[in-house]
Amino acid sequence: MTRSPIEDLLREHTPQVLGTVVRRYGCFEDCEDAVQEAVLAAAVQWPSDGVPSNPRGWLTTVAARRLIDQLRSDRARRYRETADSLATVPADVPDTDDTLTLLVLCCHPALTPGSQIALTLRAVGGLTTAEIARAFLVPEATMAVRISRAKRLIREAGSTFGTPAPLSAVLHVLYLIFNEGYTAVHRADLATEAIRLTRAVHAQLPADSEVTGLLALMLLTHCRHATRTTPAGDLVPLDEQDRTAWDRSLIAEGMDLVKTALGGPALGPYLLQAAIAATHADADTADETDWRQVHALYLILDRVAPNPMVTLNRAIALAEVEGPGAGLTLLATLDADDRMARHHRLLSVRAHLLEKAGDPAAAHDLYRRAAKATTSLAEQRYLEGRAARCRPSAPT
Amino acid sequence: MKFVIGMHINPAVLDALTDEEKAAIGDGHGALLAELKESGELMLTQALADPSQSAVVSVRDGRTVVTDGPFAEAKEYLGGFYVVDCESRERALEIAAKIPDAALAGLAVEVRPVMFYDGALEA
Repeated sequence: MTRSPIEDLLREHTPQVLGTVVRRYGCFEDCEDAVQEAVLAAAVQWPSDGVPSNPRGWLTTVAARRLIDQLRSDRARRYRETADSLATVPADVPDTDDTLTLLVLCCHPALTPGSQIALTLRAVGGLTTAEIARAFLVPEATMAVRISRAKRLIREAGSTFGTPAPLSAVLHVLYLIFNEGYTAVHRADLATEAIRLTRAVHAQLPADSEVTGLLALMLLTHCRHATRTTPAGDLVPLDEQDRTAWDRSLIAEGMDLVKTALGGPALGPYLLQAAIAATHADADTADETDWRQVHALYLILDRVAPNPMVTLNRAIALAEVEGPGAGLTLLATLDADDRMARHHRLLSVRAHLLEKAGDPAAAHDLYRRAAKATTSLAEQRYLEGRAARCRPSAPT
Repeated sequence: MKFVIGMHINPAVLDALTDEEKAAIGDGHGALLAELKESGELMLTQALADPSQSAVVSVRDGRTVVTDGPFAEAKEYLGGFYVVDCESRERALEIAAKIPDAALAGLAVEVRPVMFYDGALEA
């Protein structure tokens, strides 16, 4: 979707304005409605009247007026009296960034991850409900219900600032939004949206190594965006991607962030994953990949944040360092894990290592089982292609 | 995550139910529908006509042939379905367990992930 400069400007200011209004008046739900009305008014007036010299101040003033009008009419209905105490709108709007404060609110622990994501995109990202519904392939009415329910839950849980969603919850939601955009080929705009929001958090917390790590991880992953699928939408594995087409400016920025953060005392999961992505980005060809370093980083990651998916990825790295047999031995430790035993990723990685070990018949069988187990069409096509390549009767 | 929750019907089982039991099924679906609409998890639900009303269409050498259905003769058939978009497989199973049919021996409620979705999302 292409946006006009005014739309970009509105999207940049919306979270700030919402943050300011919520901070001043509380009640997230009403404030959000008022800010949306102000944004709508701006979208109508600015193209003809020109952009005001202080867009954020303009939006804040208009939103506050709408909110007060609303509160007044509510009060008039209920108490037949006016809300004079709310009538004065301070002329000066503090020039602070409220993005993080808003994110904390949207990632309220009372909400499910899906609702946190939807509300974040709506309130902080400034996407319309229709845009969010399209991105997640649900009817707009379904998404509208989900968002208003999320707002209501926040209100019920106590809607003012100070609700404690830990920073880690905010980072997790940003990570999920990025992943959503990254795994679904046609939703790359969610990935760029996640990067935009993570940049805003990083600007507020430049010294936090996990924020830095997450931003770097996104940049160093998104740099491959143009090369990870064919024009027909087929997946291209990392070792077959055209590395000359990786986005050099994203790589340079991500590398700088990783280097800076690795100099600090903390070594968290996002920073470690970013360091792994940096190692891949550093190799001009797949053969030049420093697999020892990748493996060492996965080993640390497996200790810092133990997770079968990390073990699975470590097995791939280990196979590159010590041979497929070592990788397969490590994979065997995952069979006892119920979550993993039937997972298509375990089946496909095992198939890949068996193929490398020179057992195409077993690899063929496992690729087929993995293809059946995935719920992604692109992945299924890819795995069926690998299976066909390993078919015992296939010409070599 | 999107799932189709299919309800497999056995008419012999349904015919054997008392009027109260049949009404309870209707009420159970009503309550579940209200819950899923309120939670923002419902995409759509449809009940299908009896298989005797179905036609099987095939095209051979460019010629369309229509025969009386159903395609597969079976005691059980797909009576209807829900399409939900929810947080996890666990939640989909939880929703499926609230479908009244799940409590009746001889009927089955089946949960399957959706791999591709398109349709009138703008409506």
